Amino acid sequence: MSGPAHPIGLSIRGGTKVYPGTVALKAVDFDLRMGAVNVLVGENGAGKSTMMKVIAGVEQLSSGRVEMDGREVRFHSTDEAERHGIGIVFQELNLFPNLTVAENIFMAHEKTRLGVDIDAEAQRAETRALMRRLEHDIDPDTLVGDLKVGQQQIVEIAKSLSRDARILILDEPTSALSNAEVEILFRVIEELKSEGVGIVYISHRLEELIRVGDYITVLRDGVITGAQSMEGVDIAWIVRNMIGESSKDFAKEIEHPFGEEALRVENMRLADSGGGFAVDGVSLSLRQGEILGIYGLMGAGRTELLEAIIGRYHNVNGDVWVHGEKMGKPRVADRIAKGLALIPEDRKHDGLVQILSIRENMTLSSVEAFTQGFHMDLRGERSRVAEFVKRMVIKIASPENPVSALSGGNQQKVVISKALMTGPRVLLMDEPSRGIDIGAKAEVFRVMRQLAAEGLGIVFVTSDLEEVLSLSDRIIVMSNGRITGEFSKEEVTETKLVTASAVGHAPDRAERETA
Amino acid sequence: MTDTTASAAAPQAGPNNTLLLLLKARTFIALILVFVFFSIFAPNFLSTANMVIMSKHVALNAFLAIGMTFVIVSGGIDLSVGSIVGLCGMVAGYLLLNGIDIGLGWSVQFNTLEICLIVALVGIAIGAMNAFLVTKLNVAPFIATLGTLYIARGAAMLSSEGETFPNLTGNAEYGSHTYRMIGSGDFLGIPISIWMLIAVGLLAAYIAKRTPLGRFIYAVGGNERAAGLSGVKVTRVKYFVYMFSGFCAALVGIIISSQLVAAHPATGDTFELNAIAAAVLGGTSMSGGRGKIGGTIVGAFVIGVLSDGLVMMGVSAFWQTVIKGIVIIAAVVIDQAQQKVQAKVALQAQAAVGK
Repeated sequence: MSGPAHPIGLSIRGGTKVYPGTVALKAVDFDLRMGAVNVLVGENGAGKSTMMKVIAGVEQLSSGRVEMDGREVRFHSTDEAERHGIGIVFQELNLFPNLTVAENIFMAHEKTRLGVDIDAEAQRAETRALMRRLEHDIDPDTLVGDLKVGQQQIVEIAKSLSRDARILILDEPTSALSNAEVEILFRVIEELKSEGVGIVYISHRLEELIRVGDYITVLRDGVITGAQSMEGVDIAWIVRNMIGESSKDFAKEIEHPFGEEALRVENMRLADSGGGFAVDGVSLSLRQGEILGIYGLMGAGRTELLEAIIGRYHNVNGDVWVHGEKMGKPRVADRIAKGLALIPEDRKHDGLVQILSIRENMTLSSVEAFTQGFHMDLRGERSRVAEFVKRMVIKIASPENPVSALSGGNQQKVVISKALMTGPRVLLMDEPSRGIDIGAKAEVFRVMRQLAAEGLGIVFVTSDLEEVLSLSDRIIVMSNGRITGEFSKEEVTETKLVTASAVGHAPDRAERETA
Repeated sequence: MTDTTASAAAPQAGPNNTLLLLLKARTFIALILVFVFFSIFAPNFLSTANMVIMSKHVALNAFLAIGMTFVIVSGGIDLSVGSIVGLCGMVAGYLLLNGIDIGLGWSVQFNTLEICLIVALVGIAIGAMNAFLVTKLNVAPFIATLGTLYIARGAAMLSSEGETFPNLTGNAEYGSHTYRMIGSGDFLGIPISIWMLIAVGLLAAYIAKRTPLGRFIYAVGGNERAAGLSGVKVTRVKYFVYMFSGFCAALVGIIISSQLVAAHPATGDTFELNAIAAAVLGGTSMSGGRGKIGGTIVGAFVIGVLSDGLVMMGVSAFWQTVIKGIVIIAAVVIDQAQQKVQAKVALQAQAAVGK
């Protein structure tokens, strides 16, 4: 792993990226080495994605330079980056499920005769060659929608390779893959490495990073806190660099005793589309006033668990009790009436009706509170909204403005207000701090603490280690739909959490020995 | 500090706010313009007789457009209303002429109110079928209601082998002689059908603004997933909108058959398109979540006044169709502009607050 063996293919010098309101990257220096896997790690919002978007031409630096072969380059579009041999496979795949593998690979780069007639045979032949190179037996004429997620990932990679990518960025490529698929992907990466391709690999799975990486770069709040070759790096080192010494502003704990059992879930199972289980036999119990943190990586089944508890899915097995009362058939309205409330992870798609006003969004779950018979008391509604705007410190010009005009933090407070207006006894919060600024985060945490002190039971899901450690009274770790660890506040450590979250994803040691 | 930001934002927001107000009132302004234009250029346009005739024409489309508005706001579409009008007219005609033969050598006859109730139930039942297809069987609303469009039209044709039911004068013995009054009678000088429109319009506006059901219709159309996760009973809401639309179409079927004193199975052909046009003209967003009953009624008046006025001016029917098309497209283009200005005003106001 010496320098000359891995020449630097691209570097960023003094890269700064400013978004309205936040600085996503602060004067970063980054070297991308060819013929090696450059691992990039950091918590959500640390700036990994921004840095990769800069390299791939999706975003431009506010100041600083990107250099290739000693010359400054500026990519104004992904096309331009592509011409310089840079390919990116986004976490959310950009494929057309209704088109064939070959059509996807050559999308917008079709092989044509005379510029109009698509040469399907040539595309097929080249697709077959690419698939051979990637050791996959995928027929070029298969519809992408019929492929498994892992295979789709391969198609994405093939797409980049077909455009002669010398630098390949993989953003959380394994989050949706099975163990066997991960192994295949790793073989492909090995091969590409040996062909001199420079790979950037972003992942939250630390053990995986240590196994596959040659160089590691750790980001925290837009600053690079550690960059070195992978030799001697262990999980403790990564976690230390990821979290650092300075703590975020977590509200002080309010001392209070726990009450009776507020929520009990027994043997919850939810089938996923692939024939497995998204939630696989999860049981948990929560007491009044307790904050239960659920830690896990993306795709561990945490969101599905919360959605199953609130009654979104009909095809679930398992029982839910709220304050000792067994819940009937899964119906969201009934469960809200019984005292459950969910704050969904995806504000835009699950939390808010963007087109409606702030007022209408806030009261959507609790219109009965100001309705007599079928008549809504709009004045009563307005005063309720005003009360919550004040209580949650939401900064708004008028409650009649569309909710889409608000910043992420204020939108999140609207969603939380909506849940609280139903007078819940158990609050299910899915990544409550995702995509909101630091000030709003502190505000949200303060509210959580206060609610718990008032006797609410809170289950909250997060992939942020620091958050789960500072806020929870008890922590459950999920992986592959199962509970893989449960820790009290006293006994928990970062390493324990990370280890538990990788159960079922751990590198296959047997394979390593044979290799 | 806050003072300076507020005063700095005010001159910018000023013209935008006026513009926004004008844009919001655009359908109403259009109605006034159309009205003034025809008062000047069309002879007898302002006569009472013409007003009565015109309002009767408008009412038919307005009923359908009100039902259509709810469906579109909830994120769907109902193409079947025109056919429901035809089928319901035929059901009414059949009941008036024959009653129901229960196979014992004599038949059950109905009075006017009973006939109206049965016909309304037929409309509501077809609406429920639409809702069943859309919610339980997951058929896209466009396709589901396209299917019922054909089914209802075919059923109307089958009911009389394509013939017209003539002379629906009713029978005083059965208490159905008053059926004609629905289309031709008036109360305080205003036609009955207009009174019905006022009642249905007020009811719909009340539902939209002041009942949880109305709120849920907007929420479901704006974001079905979020509405569901907030505890809104999405299926129930959809059943209501399609059934209400079917009910409105049944009313139109009753009124037309009463006005004509006859029921023809092809009645109501392409009425659904006029209803959609009125809703869109009134500011209803085809992607759901936005629309007002008042706007829709004004939209129906613009379309109705426009076509009647053009007839009176002697403009050819072909040109009328072209002009109608241009008005609808213009309305949507202006709607886009309004959305942009509105978003800008909201963002400016939000920026003034600080975060």
